[in-house]
Amino acid sequence: MTVANALDRPVTVARETMRDRFYSVAPTLLDADPNVAIVLAEIGTDAFDAAAERHPGRVLNVGIREQLLIGAAAGLALAGFRPIVHTYAPFLVERPFEQLKLDLGHNDLGAVLVSVGASFDASASGRTHQAPEDVALLSALPGWRIEVPGHPDELEAILRAAAGRSDRTYIRLSELANESAVAGAVDGATAGRMTVVRRGRGATIVAVGPMLDQVVDAVADLDVTVLYATTVRPFDAAALGAIVDAPEVVIVEPYLEGSSAAVVSAALGARPHRLLSIGVPLIEPRRYGEPTEHRAAYGLDAASIGRRIRAFLEQSSDYVRR
Amino acid sequence: MSGSVRDRAVELIQVMTGDEKHEASAASTLDVLVALYDGVLRVSPATIDDPTRDRFLLSKGHGPMAYYAVLAAMGFIDPAILPSFGAYGSILGRHPDRTLVPGVEISSGSLGHGLPIAVGLAHGLAVRGAASAGARVFCLVGDAELEEGSNHEAIALAGRLGLERLHVVVVDNTSSTYGWPGGIAARFELEGWSARTVDGRSRPALDAAFRVAHPGRPHVVIAMINDALS
Repeated sequence: MTVANALDRPVTVARETMRDRFYSVAPTLLDADPNVAIVLAEIGTDAFDAAAERHPGRVLNVGIREQLLIGAAAGLALAGFRPIVHTYAPFLVERPFEQLKLDLGHNDLGAVLVSVGASFDASASGRTHQAPEDVALLSALPGWRIEVPGHPDELEAILRAAAGRSDRTYIRLSELANESAVAGAVDGATAGRMTVVRRGRGATIVAVGPMLDQVVDAVADLDVTVLYATTVRPFDAAALGAIVDAPEVVIVEPYLEGSSAAVVSAALGARPHRLLSIGVPLIEPRRYGEPTEHRAAYGLDAASIGRRIRAFLEQSSDYVRR
Repeated sequence: MSGSVRDRAVELIQVMTGDEKHEASAASTLDVLVALYDGVLRVSPATIDDPTRDRFLLSKGHGPMAYYAVLAAMGFIDPAILPSFGAYGSILGRHPDRTLVPGVEISSGSLGHGLPIAVGLAHGLAVRGAASAGARVFCLVGDAELEEGSNHEAIALAGRLGLERLHVVVVDNTSSTYGWPGGIAARFELEGWSARTVDGRSRPALDAAFRVAHPGRPHVVIAMINDALS
């Protein structure tokens, strides 16, 4: 939560993060469903100590062994469990990528992967703990559902729904979050669908997960439609196709820029359109500091997003005429 | 009976490959597979979905002809499909696919994946307790396959967890370029496993090794394949 101080500069106060919510909700899923199992690689073990005592064997910490983390999850799925697998994004998606492809995908086994760290939450830890490419990597594998909640309430709804399915779901948690949850994103009836945040006559802006607040601020004075997505794979092509009026489409994602360009283009089919993808640039920054500093450096703060969208729209004769 | 399963499997390998009988018989995994399916594993074509069945995981997915042949000899798959081996529309690929072949528990081919899956499966079955009865897990790996680091993640954890339901058979035909000084068994024993090293062509020796009691510990059988023996 940000509040204005006497100098009218935002300061951040402590609040519940998505990770906090995951650590409070996931243990209760073990109580509620005898098929749920938690698979960890040292990260987050404290949060499950009490649940592990209540449910012997259903919290499995494999140690710092991330190939085994995914392989063991696949084995638990073969034994009929619904494994929820958790660690930092680089160690959940990148290091055991072939295990995701084969042990889960090719073997057609289900799991819920819950990552922390996102693109640059671990800003001071450097590149080793950052994974802006996670969504692009998983997008290269068939059959994955990818969820990018923007608020702890959304995370809880997404997690509970995923625990009750048998598919392969990746849930990407971030320390950066929106001020409030979007009603449609916590409603099971609209799970997987995009939500219309604002209806305008011009371009369509798709904000993904934690980018929503920045996007809403960025386009406050533009006559545009804002859609909100937490489920980015499968992408809600029907919603986008139904709502796009003007040919300009922008997608703002909190991970590698262009990760969803192909699915957005495919959603628009043969319809003439122009697409601007905004996300984390393909660079090796070698910077530390705070997540918000990284956000600003990569042009993912509201001011930078607004400038890029205006520049994009000004290139359009249609937009100028309107 | 066991002789007949082996002979039948050899004939079926020939159907797939057109090889001479002595080449089919030389398949390094043949005698281990026959010993497992004909005497050890509590699974049949009627129980391939039974939660209490024993599971066999072929991690070393290369050269699966002997595996398919034994599955056919035991009635899991129709021997008539064996000639389709490797064809575009066949269910029998050069690496097996669990979603296509009845009785195949994992899809394998890329080395180093079976044993980590077996650890999760054996742990999961133990957690299931009575619902899984005494279901056991048997995973076949190769001596060169053991070079993949993922195996060593699995061997260490299985030992620490004392996964009594987990059994590994290492078919050692000395195909590892750099070898294993001190032996393969020692690497498992150091991590708390029960281990036996036997002649991988000897049915009595394999039978005895698979029947070793190993309370509270996983068990590995190193099946040495020295073709001078056969």
